[in-house]
Formats: sequence, structure tokens, C-alpha cells
Amino acid sequence: MIAEIGLAALWLAAALAVLQLAGGLLALRGDGANEIAALTRPAAVLQGGLVALAFGALLWVFAITDLSVKLVATSSHTAKPLIFKISGAWGNHEGSMLLWVTVMALAGALIAAIERRLPERTMQATLAAQGFVALGFYAFLLLSSNPFERLPQPAVEGLGLNPLLQDIGLAFHPPTLYIGYVGLSVAFSFAVGALITRQVTPDFARAMRPWILGAWVFLTLGLTAGSYWAYYELGWGGYWFWDPVENAALMPWLAATALLHSASVLAGRDALRVWTIMLGVVAFSMSMLGTFLVRSGVLTSVHAFAVDPERGSFILFLLAIYIGGALLLFALRAGAISEGERFSMASREGALVVNNVMLSAILAVVLLGTLYPLLTEAFDVRVSVGPPYFNPVGAIFAFPMLTVMAVGPLLRWRQDRWGRISKEMGLVAALLLAGVVLFGLLAEASLLALLGLTFAVALAAASFLPLKGRNLRRVPIATWGMVVAHLGVAMMLFGMASESAFSKEKLAALEEGGMTSVGPWSVRLEAVEPVAGPNWTAIAGRMSASYEQGEPVQIAPQSRNFWAPPQQTTESVLITRWDGQLYAVMGGSSTDGRWQVRLWWKPFVTFIWYGGLLVALGGVMALVGRVRVDLRRRLVRRKLAERRNDMETAV
Amino acid sequence: MKAKHQRLVLVLLALVALIGAALLAIYALRNQASYFYLPEQMEADPPQVGQAVRLGGMVAPGSLATMPDGITVTFTVTGREDSAIAVRYAGILPDLFVEGSGVVAEGRLGADGTFVADNLLAKHDENYVPRELEGMSEHQAAEMAEETTVGLE
Repeated sequence: MIAEIGLAALWLAAALAVLQLAGGLLALRGDGANEIAALTRPAAVLQGGLVALAFGALLWVFAITDLSVKLVATSSHTAKPLIFKISGAWGNHEGSMLLWVTVMALAGALIAAIERRLPERTMQATLAAQGFVALGFYAFLLLSSNPFERLPQPAVEGLGLNPLLQDIGLAFHPPTLYIGYVGLSVAFSFAVGALITRQVTPDFARAMRPWILGAWVFLTLGLTAGSYWAYYELGWGGYWFWDPVENAALMPWLAATALLHSASVLAGRDALRVWTIMLGVVAFSMSMLGTFLVRSGVLTSVHAFAVDPERGSFILFLLAIYIGGALLLFALRAGAISEGERFSMASREGALVVNNVMLSAILAVVLLGTLYPLLTEAFDVRVSVGPPYFNPVGAIFAFPMLTVMAVGPLLRWRQDRWGRISKEMGLVAALLLAGVVLFGLLAEASLLALLGLTFAVALAAASFLPLKGRNLRRVPIATWGMVVAHLGVAMMLFGMASESAFSKEKLAALEEGGMTSVGPWSVRLEAVEPVAGPNWTAIAGRMSASYEQGEPVQIAPQSRNFWAPPQQTTESVLITRWDGQLYAVMGGSSTDGRWQVRLWWKPFVTFIWYGGLLVALGGVMALVGRVRVDLRRRLVRRKLAERRNDMETAV
Repeated sequence: MKAKHQRLVLVLLALVALIGAALLAIYALRNQASYFYLPEQMEADPPQVGQAVRLGGMVAPGSLATMPDGITVTFTVTGREDSAIAVRYAGILPDLFVEGSGVVAEGRLGADGTFVADNLLAKHDENYVPRELEGMSEHQAAEMAEETTVGLE
């Protein structure tokens, strides 16, 4: 019964999306205020509620493990902790697409409910666009990926969830990433709406900015969490593999980062109008492309749940309509949008343009590297593209971008002279030079790692320079947000470069009682014991690890065997210090009765994720700052209107 | 700069950077993409020593041996027409790595003709198969014992 309610809610939501699309379009034909147009906003809000209801129904059938629902039978199991039963609802193709649609409908409902700054016509066009995009994904869900399909006979037992996905990280990683991914649909709809009505104004950018910031914060968190999840769960010791699925999430982030900065220029200075619109279209296009790559089965990874060519073509079809349609509209209308304010190249705007171009270049590099294996496969040549391509080619554009990130915020808006900030630029240059010499003597690292360490230190110092000479208590929160986010980038860079330059790895075959060492750590394998869990058995290697002869720490990494479905996973153990992590993995027994143990000492590796969190925190601060200013502005406007009313009545 | 042409200049700047990025990417991809080899292809036309490539085939039954250090393993990857490549790998073997099953080895050909693997990809579970192994079952299903390809389709 619950499943049927969910399905019915989904169909009703799809019908409301049609109404929303029709209402928005009719409003555009008239003056924006006819009866059907009045239904657009309520349709969007109600739609959000219905889809949330459908998603709740799915969570319910998973929580009670209703085995008459096909999806539950194929991807869940009764012998599983409740939290993984619930998170298993989106650990499969249909459920994750429903999560996608849920986020999209809720975002649409939210703009319909609270957005009041845009001119009514642009708002109607935006809602129509949002309804149109949602409609495609409802169709996909209902016609080819119905999550509520029943089995003719209830299954006796479920097939289980991939053990790699039975992890607390999974409970939060996909929803976080999806909110970011799909949150960008709002920016897309805004961009399409503005293209339709040709009203690209600072007010439009101010209305769009909180949505971009919000989506970007979630994307940042999702990427950070996903990277940490891969790091400790896969047991390979790496935090980023340039896996196509990772790239699928990185590309929207790159586009959103560029969009965030160009929207700021549009909001503050009324420049970069067309460019901002373009990025709004590109950012969500990257989200949809990512969905296609991940969900269509063209790639194989833990993320690709179902290999079904029909679904792949369906998503490709949606992709062609939405991206192609938006780009066509852009090509037709871009010329009609009048040019914004001018600026000199030596200005904040100029620096942001360079930053945007560099981010777009990195995006192009990642996009080509991700699609290349798919292209060559069409000619029956199988290749894989990995770090030897992405790292150096990306770095060619990343380091200039980081340089601009260091000095750009010091420049004034509109027009400035390089001479005015020569002292600060000198400081950054001196730090870079000192860093190259110092780290060059200190570490035998690759050029990229060396540059990374150097830039990280210089950037960290430079991120505080915009605060120089200002009364810290009067600095706006949004500016603090920028400082924190840029500092986070520096920190992340330091973690990555340090991991690459200073990591120590040790592979050893140990008898019980045997000793080995890695970097400053010495590790003794005390004993190997069998362990049993609710749905797995394991061998655990009890080890004591001590840092530079210090107090030993007891750890027990495991090699686990799940039985539903049958699969082995490694449960690595991490010992975190402020200056790095010891990473221990238990292997199997070698033929002569010794046990394989793999150890890494990774100095400052944690800075990668702390940095990511700081970047997200910076985004939150910017969001809070902007929303506060907006609310205050709204209040002032209302007071002015009231006073005018009072005066009129007095007259 | 004449203010009149600003938009044009900006568009050109962006285009030059993006086209530059694309050209650089294509150039780098031709050199850095790691190609996939079957054993018979590697025997007939070996890649350059030290070039990163992937090798995919079946782990020959009875060929898996552990060196005295306890962590380095050697085995032979076989393909069609009695082709066989010796592989050396130092590390923890992937979970479902067994003799007589498919494997993809990432690494490079050493000067002595042994393939030195940095990483081995085996079947993770029935839902997660390295992409090359899927194709291999098409190309080589006839040659391989039926149990080898179970779950690889």
C-alpha cells in the first residue's frame, strides 16, 4: 500500500510539472498575470511535497524490508543494520534517481515559495524551465526506472547491498552530493529564464547567488566526504583516482566555482552578463552529463548500479534536449543581451575573468580526459586515462589560477594599478621563491609536489592579505568567507603535495610477533584472530604501533568476508596525529604462513579534507553574509514603502 | 585597449585559452593514455619499456608463486594462441584474485620482458567487473573455460 502511495504521488507530481510548464509559458505570452500563471508557484510547491512523500514511501519500504517490492528484494536484506537499510534506499539505480528528483522538486518548491526579487516574467520563465527539466526526469523514473515496482511473488530474502556501500559514509555522501548536483538546476533554470526574457541584471545575479553558493557548498562537502570515503574504505591508500565517476562530480564543481565568481561580478559590478548565463547553463549540464556517465552503465564502477542500454539512451536523450536546447537558446539570445559595465584588465573583474577562464580550461581538460576512453572505444581501442594525464595537464592551468587567486582579491574593482599592490605581490613572489629553494633542498619530491608545497605556503599567507589595514570587526562576513575558502584551498593543496612528496609505504610479510617500520612508526603484529559481525566474518590483525618509540597504540585492521552478497573487503585502520596519518591494511596469508601487512605513513594528509571543510565553511559564511544583507535590504525597502503609503494616506 | 572592443577581446581571450587547453589535452592524451593490451597483442607488438599500459587476460592455473620476501608474487597471464606474459606484483592481492580467473594488470613492461604491475584489478563482485574484462569475455569466451567467464559477461 505504501509503495502504491509513493507511485501515485510521483505521477501526480509529474502532472503538476506539466501544469507548471504550461502556466509559465502562458504567463510569458500574456502580461505575466493571468489565471493559469497564478497556478505556477502553487504547482511547484505542491510538487515538492508530493515527491517528498514518494521518497518517504521508499524509505519506509526499505526500513521495514518489504520484500514484495522488487527494488528492496534486489538490493536489501533483512540481516542488515537499520541505518544501512535506510541508506540502501539510495544505494541503487532507481532509488538514487528518485533522490535526484526529490532534491530537484524540493529546490523548485523552495524558489517558488520564497523568491520574490526577480521580475514576475523572469520568475515565470524560470519556473517553466524548472518544470520542463523535472518533467524529463519524472518520465525517466516512471517509464524506465520505477522504484516502486512490485514482484508477483514476494521474495523470501533480499539479495543484499554491495558491502562496500555498507558504510556510514554512504549514508551521507550521495545525498550531499546530489543536493549540490541538482541544486545547480536552479542556476540553470534562472539562466534559461533570464535568456527568455532577456533581463540579465545585477538583481538577477543577486537572486541566483545564494542558490549557487548553497549548491556549491554541498558539492564541496560531497566531494570532500567522497574522497575520504574512498581513502579509508577502498584500502588503496589513495584519496583521488581520477576515476570517471569522481570526475563526474568534479566537473560541476569546477563550473560552479567559476559561476560563483562571475555571478559575484554581475551582482556587484553589472559586468560579465553573458558569461554568467553561459556558466549557469554549463554547470547543470555538467551535473546531467555526470548523471549520464554514472547511471547509464557506460562506465563500470561501484557507482554504476545497472547496466541497461535502454536507460543509457534515455538519459542521453534527456541530455541532448536540455543541454542542446539551452545552448541553442543561448546562441539565439546571447547577442541580444546588452553589454555590461566595462573594466580595465588590472582590476578585480580582470582577475576574476582570468580565474574563470582558467577554471574553464581545467574543466575542459577533465572533460576531455573523461570522455576520451569512451570516444576511442567507439573505434575499438581501449585506453584508460589516469594521473599521468590529469595531474600535469591540469596543473598547467591550476598554478596560474592559484596565482590569480592570491593577488586578485587585493585589486580594486573597475580600475587599478599593479603598482599599488607591488608590496603584496613582492611578498607572495618572495614566499614562492623561498619555498622552492627550501622544499627543493629538503625533499626529493617531484616538480608538481614541490610547486604544490610552495604555492600552498604562499597562498595561505596571501589569503589573509585582503584583511590588511582593515578594521577586522567591520569586515563583512562574506569577505571573511572568501578568506576562509581561499585558506582552505591552500590547506588542501598542502595536504595533497605533502602526501605526494613525503608519503612512506611499507609492504611486509610478518609472522605473529614480527616487527616492521614505516617512516617514524614501528609496528608489531601481535596476533591474527578471527572476528564475526552481523553479516560478515573477518580475520583481524592485532597490531601495536608506536610513533618514535612512544606509547604504543593498539589497532586491528580486518579483512572481511561478507556473505550477502559474497564479497571480501578490507577494513583499514587509521591512526591520526596532527601531522599525519598511519594507514594500516591487513592482507591475506602468504603461502609460508606469514601475513601480509601494508602500511603507509602520510604526513599532513588530513589537511586535504580539513581544507575541503574550510572551503565549504567559507561558502557557508558567504551565504550567511549575502542572505543577511538581502534581508536587511528587503526590510529597508518595505519600511520605505510603508512610509510612502503613510504619507499618501496623510495627504 | 579601446573600451569599445572589450567584449570582443574577452571572448577572444577565453576562446584562445579554451582552444589551447583542448589542444594541449588532446596532445597529452595521445601520449599519456594507457592502452589496453591482450597477451597476444603484447607479444606481437610490445609497448615501449616503461610506458604505462594495462594488460588483461587469464591468470594461468599453477603459475602463481610467492617470492621469498612474502609480498612479491609472480604469475602468468595467458590469452589466445598460447600467448603468455609473466607478471610481477608486489602488494596485497585483490580480494577475488584466483588462478584461472580474469585479471587486469596496470603497470609497465620491464626490460627483461616481465610485466611489472603497480595495481591489479580483479572482479570485485558480480556487479563490479573491470571494463576490459567485460569485453574480454566477448573476444575470448571461446578460448576460456566456462567457469572463468561466469559473472564476467
